[in-house]
Amino acid sequence: MENTTSLFDIIGPIIIGPSSSHTAGACRIGMIARKIYGKTTLKKVKFVLYNSFSKTGKGHGTDKGLLGGVLGLKLSDKNIKYSFKIAQEQNIKVELEYCDDFNRHPNSVDIIFDDNKMKISANSTGGGEIEVVKINENPCRLKGDYPTLILNYKDKPGMVSLVTNLICKKNINIANMTCSRSSKGQIANMAISLDNNLDNSDIKTLENMEEIYFIRYIEALEK
Amino acid sequence: MSNIKTFYDLINFANSQNKKIFEICQENEAYEMETSIENIRNKVFDNINVMKSAINEGIKTNEKSLSELSGTDCYKMQANISKASLLFSNVMNKAIVYALACCEQNATMGKIVACPTAGACGIIPGAIISISEELKIDKEIQINALITAGEIGRIIACKMALAGACMGCQGECGVASGMASGAIVEMLGGSNEQIINACALTLKNIMGLTCDPVAGLVEVPCVKRNAFLTIHSFTGANLAMANIKSFIPLDEIIDAMKEVGNLMSVTLKESSQGGLSTTKTALAKQAQLEKIWKNN
Repeated sequence: MENTTSLFDIIGPIIIGPSSSHTAGACRIGMIARKIYGKTTLKKVKFVLYNSFSKTGKGHGTDKGLLGGVLGLKLSDKNIKYSFKIAQEQNIKVELEYCDDFNRHPNSVDIIFDDNKMKISANSTGGGEIEVVKINENPCRLKGDYPTLILNYKDKPGMVSLVTNLICKKNINIANMTCSRSSKGQIANMAISLDNNLDNSDIKTLENMEEIYFIRYIEALEK
Repeated sequence: MSNIKTFYDLINFANSQNKKIFEICQENEAYEMETSIENIRNKVFDNINVMKSAINEGIKTNEKSLSELSGTDCYKMQANISKASLLFSNVMNKAIVYALACCEQNATMGKIVACPTAGACGIIPGAIISISEELKIDKEIQINALITAGEIGRIIACKMALAGACMGCQGECGVASGMASGAIVEMLGGSNEQIINACALTLKNIMGLTCDPVAGLVEVPCVKRNAFLTIHSFTGANLAMANIKSFIPLDEIIDAMKEVGNLMSVTLKESSQGGLSTTKTALAKQAQLEKIWKNN
C-alpha cells in the first residue's frame, strides 16, 4: 500500500470481518478479477491460494471473500458468509487449491476462470488494499483505486500515443501507466489509471482498432 | 495523494501554516477526492457511527464465535464494570469493553471499520468513543481525533505495509495504538508536537509484536490484545500531555519498526507456524477445527 494511501484506506474500509487482508482484500481481488474477465456468465472458477492465504485462509473466510467478490458482492454485504451457497445456486463450479511459494507475496492468489480462459494473479497488500500483478502471465500493477484501461496490442511504434491521445482529447488526466511486452514486435500490454471515467463510446473506438487484441475498462473498486 | 510522507515534514508544514494535523489532512484529502472538507468530515463521522454500532452490537451479544475461541468476554467485562473490584477509572474500563465489543463483532463476520485493519478494529474506537462519552467531547472534536489518527496511519503506511503477514502485529495492533494515542492527545487539546510524541512513545513499546494467532483466526490473542493496546495508547497520550518527549524521533522509530518486521521470521507473521499458534493447546484446537472445516 506504499505511496498511494488515502485517509479512508486507514480509517476504513467498512467491511465484514474478520480480516482486512484475508477477507476484505480477498473480496476486492475477486471483484477486480471478475471485471477483468468480463464475461457475464461464469461456469467455473478456481482459486489457487499461496502462503499465508493458503495456511490461514479457511479460518479467515478468504475463500468466501474471494468467491463473494467474483459473484459481485459488496465488502459490507453479510451474504459473503454464504458465497459458496450462492455460487451453487448459480450453477458455478468452485475449486480450491492450497500451495506454498515463498517467491510470491505472503497473501497471494491465482484466479482461473472457465478452465484457463483467463488467469489472474493478485496480492492482498494490507488493510483491504490489493494489487493485480499478472493477467495471463503478463505483468501489470493494478490496485483498483482508479478507473483503469487495460489493453493488449501489437508491439509497434505509435500505439501508446494512439491511446493516450484519445484520453488527452477527453481532457482526462492519467494518474499511472505501465507498459510491457513479451518480445519485440509481438504482444504488448498497457494499463492506464485515470482520474476520471471514460465514456463507452471511447472504449468502442479502441475496441474497433485492428491491432488492439483485448481491451477492458474497469471503474474504480468499491472500498 | 498528499506529498507529505514523513512526520518531520508533516509537523513542519502544519506549524508553518499555524494549523493542526487534522486540518492539513482534511485539506489534502478534500483536494485529492475533489470534494469539500465538509464532505470528508461527514464521511469520517459515518465511520464513527459504524464504530458505535459495532460497539452496541458487540455489547448486546453474548454468543461464541463459530470456532468458540471468542465472543463472550465483552459481555463479562461489561457485567463487571461497575464492581469496585476493578481497577482504573470508568473511562479505561469502558475502553476495554468497547475494544472487545468491536473485535468480537469482527470475529463473527459482523460489520466493522478496519482501522487500520480488521484485526486491530477495536483500539481506536475503544479509545475515541469511551473518552468522548466520559469527557462529553462533542462530535466535531471526535471527527478531529479520528482524522488525526488516520493521518498518523497514512504516513506510517507510506513506509510499510500495515499487514500482519508483512510486519507482524506491530504493523496492525501496534500501529493502531500509536494512532489512538495521537487521537487521544487531539481530544485532550494537545499540540501537534504532543500528538507526534504520544505516537512515538507508544510505538517504541510495541516493537517486535508477533502475529501468531491460534488456528490462523483473528481471535486468540487478537481480541484481548485490542483491549490491552487501547490502554497502552492511554499511557502514551498521558506521557505526551505531561510534555515527556521520545528520545528517538517518530520517523526513525518507523524505520526501526520496518527493520524489525523484515527481520522477523515468516513463522511469526500471520502464517500460524510459530509462537502461540504452535503451542500444544493451540495445535489441539487447530486439529479440532481442521476436522470441522474438512467436513464442510
